Amino acid sequence: MQMAVVATAAGPMVSCIGTSNPWRCLSEDEARTLEALADRIIPADQDPGALWAGAVNFIDRQLVGPYRKLQKTYRLGLTGTHETSVAMFGKRFTALTPEQRDEVLRALEKDQAPGETWKQTSAKQFFDLVVSHTMQGFYGDPRHGGNRERASWKMLRLPFPPVRGRQAYDLTKTS
Amino acid sequence: MALARVNAVIVGAGAGGGIVASQLAEAGLTVVLLERGKWYTAFDCRKDDLRNQRTSVLGCAFGPDDERHRRVVVDPDGKQRIVAPSDGAYSNTAACVGGGTFSYGAMAWRYLEKDFRLRSTYGAVAGSTLDDWPISYQDLELYYTKAEWELGVSGDDTNNIFKGPRSRPLPLPPLPPSREHLILKAAAERLKLHPFDIPMLRNTVPYKGRPACMRCRWCVGFACEVNARTGTHNTVIPRALATGNCTLRTECVAKEVLTNEQGRVTGVAYFNERGRLEEQPADLVVVAASATETPRLLLNSTSRLFPNGLGNRYDWVGRNLQGHAYAGAYGLMETDTYDDLGPGASIAICDYNHGNPGLVGGGMLCNEFIRLPIHAAMLRPPGVPAWGAVHKAFMRKLFNRCMAVHGPVQEMPVFEARLQLDPRVVDAWGIPVARLSGVRHPHDLEVANYISEKAAAWLKEAGATSTWPKLPGKGLSGGQHQAGTCRMGNDPKASVVDRYCRVHDVANLFVVDGSVHVTNGGFNPVLTIMAIAYMASDHMVQTWKGTGMRG
Repeated sequence: MQMAVVATAAGPMVSCIGTSNPWRCLSEDEARTLEALADRIIPADQDPGALWAGAVNFIDRQLVGPYRKLQKTYRLGLTGTHETSVAMFGKRFTALTPEQRDEVLRALEKDQAPGETWKQTSAKQFFDLVVSHTMQGFYGDPRHGGNRERASWKMLRLPFPPVRGRQAYDLTKTS
Repeated sequence: MALARVNAVIVGAGAGGGIVASQLAEAGLTVVLLERGKWYTAFDCRKDDLRNQRTSVLGCAFGPDDERHRRVVVDPDGKQRIVAPSDGAYSNTAACVGGGTFSYGAMAWRYLEKDFRLRSTYGAVAGSTLDDWPISYQDLELYYTKAEWELGVSGDDTNNIFKGPRSRPLPLPPLPPSREHLILKAAAERLKLHPFDIPMLRNTVPYKGRPACMRCRWCVGFACEVNARTGTHNTVIPRALATGNCTLRTECVAKEVLTNEQGRVTGVAYFNERGRLEEQPADLVVVAASATETPRLLLNSTSRLFPNGLGNRYDWVGRNLQGHAYAGAYGLMETDTYDDLGPGASIAICDYNHGNPGLVGGGMLCNEFIRLPIHAAMLRPPGVPAWGAVHKAFMRKLFNRCMAVHGPVQEMPVFEARLQLDPRVVDAWGIPVARLSGVRHPHDLEVANYISEKAAAWLKEAGATSTWPKLPGKGLSGGQHQAGTCRMGNDPKASVVDRYCRVHDVANLFVVDGSVHVTNGGFNPVLTIMAIAYMASDHMVQTWKGTGMRG
C-alpha cells in the first residue's frame, strides 16, 4: 500500500527519467528537436553556436529546477513544432534543411504556424520563450549547464577570469 | 508566550530600519530589529549572472524566494495573476539584512529643492495626487550630510549647478574615469550641459574600516566581493549591534502590529525562523519593510479601533504606489567603448530634472551600470532580428560598442495605483498577500519620451552612429525604487504619517522607508530614505527623552 502511494507521488517525475535517455526532463525526440531549434536561434559561424555550447543542456536542467512549471509548455511547443514542420514540408523538423528550419521558425515567430497544437497554445509565446532560454544558455554563466567553455564570452572578447584587483587599469593615470 | 519587552521593535533591516536601529540603540534604547531574510556577506557574491537581484530569471539570490512568497497582480485590462518574486511584475526588493542596500547599484542622490515642492512649482496635475512634501530640502540637508558622512559617499557634484546648497562636500573622491565616462563627459560639455561624477555609496578609498572598490563587473545585483560597496549591513547595523542594545533577528516574518484598547501599538507578532508565532512587546514600533511590505503589514494589522488597518482611517495606506519611469537611449559607437570596469555608471547630468518646456518634472540622466553578456543579448534594437546569424553577428559588435544613457523619470502619483490585501491568496505563513493594481499616469510617458530624446542627443554628440530609445511601459510602476504608499503630510485626512514619520492617529507607531515619499524625485531614492530615517530617529529620541513614549 505504501509503495503504491510513493509510486503515485513520483508519477510526474518518472516521466522525466527514461532508462537510456541522457536528458533530465526532455525525451530524446524532444531534445533533438530543441537542439535543432537552438542551432538556428544562435547558429555556429566563426564562433560556436548554441548547439555546441549546450544551450539545450541548460534548458533541460532548468526544466527540473526553476523552470519546472514550464515542462508542459515545452512538451506542447515541441509537439507543435513537429506538426508545423510536417504541415509545411512533410518531414520532421530535424530532417529539414537549415533554410526550411528558418521558415518554420519565422512561422512560429509570426504566430502563423500550422498545427493542431497551436490551437491550444500560442506559437509565438513558445518561440519567444525558447529564444530567451537559448540566449540564457549561450550567454549566461556556464555553471547552469550552458555556455560551454565560456564560448560566448570568448566571442565577445570578455576577459576571463573576471577582473580582480586593479590589474586592468593604472591608478596613477587618469585616462 | 510573549518575549521580554523592549523599547523599540523595528520591522525591516534595510536602508531605513538599519539607520533607525543604530540611532535608537546609540541613544540607549533597547531595540529588536526583525528581518525576514538572511544576513549575507561578501562571500555570497557568487557572480551568477542569471540568479541575482538584477537578473532573476533563475531566482532572486538575496530573496525573497519563489517558493514561499507570492503576490497578485491585476493587469490594466482587469486580468489577475499570481506572481513570484523572480517575476518583474512582483515589484521585488531584496529580503536580507541591508535590504536593497546589500546588492544595489548604490547611487546616493539628494533630491533637488524643487523635488520637495512639485505642486507649488508646477500646479495641480489632472488625474494625479501630486502634492508638496511637508518638509523642504533645507529641513533634510543636515540629515543628507549625516548619511553621506556616516556611511560614506564618493563622487564629485561640484559641477552640478542644479543641486541644492550643501553644508559639507562629499567625504570620498570619485573613481578614475572609464573610457565611456571620458567620451560622454566631453560630449556633454560640447552640448553646454553640466556633467559630474555620480555620488555613490561606494568606497573609492578605504573608509571606516572597509576597503576601496576594485572595479569588477559583478556590481549591481550582486554582493560586493570586497565589501567596498556601502549598505546598512556593513555600516550602521554592525554599529547598532556593537552598542549591546540592539538584537537582530533574521528570517523573522512580521504578521501584524499589535494594538491595545487605548489605540496605541504594543508590539509585533511575527513568525520566527522556525515558523513559530512570537509576540515581541515594545514601547514603540517602527515599520521599515519597503513601500510594498510596509502597507501590507499595516493593512494586515486590524483591530476593533482600526478595522481597516493601522494608519488607514482615511484609506490612504497602499495608495500612490510609484517608482520611476526609466527612460533613455542606447547608442552604437564606431569604436570599442567597453573597458570592463565596474561599476559602470559614473557620469550624470541634472540639466533635465526641471524646466522642461510644457512638462512637469523630469529626471537625471546617467550612463548605465556595467552590462553583462546576458543583458546585451536581451537588447532588441529595431531592425535587428531577435535571433539567427544576424543577431549573433550584431552581438559581437554591440557588446563592446554599445553605450546607454538613461535615467529615472519622476512619476506623477496616482491614487488608484495601489496595493491592497488579496482576499484569497496567502503566503507560506498564511498571511494575506499584496494585490497590486492600477496604471502609471500618462504624463510620465510624455516626460519619458522627452528624456529619451535628450539621451539620444547626448549619445549622438558622443559619436553614436545609431541610437534607439529605451522607454517605460504603460503598466503599474514600483520595482526596486518603490515609494509613496504611506504618504507624509500635514493633513491627517490626506496622508498617513506626519513630517516625523509618525502615523497620524497612533502616537507610538512610525513608518520609515520609501513609503513616506510624497513624490520620488528624478533620482534613485536610497539616500533620501536614509536622510529621512536620521530625521525621524532624531525625533523619536527627543520625544523619548522628553514626554516619554512608554505605553
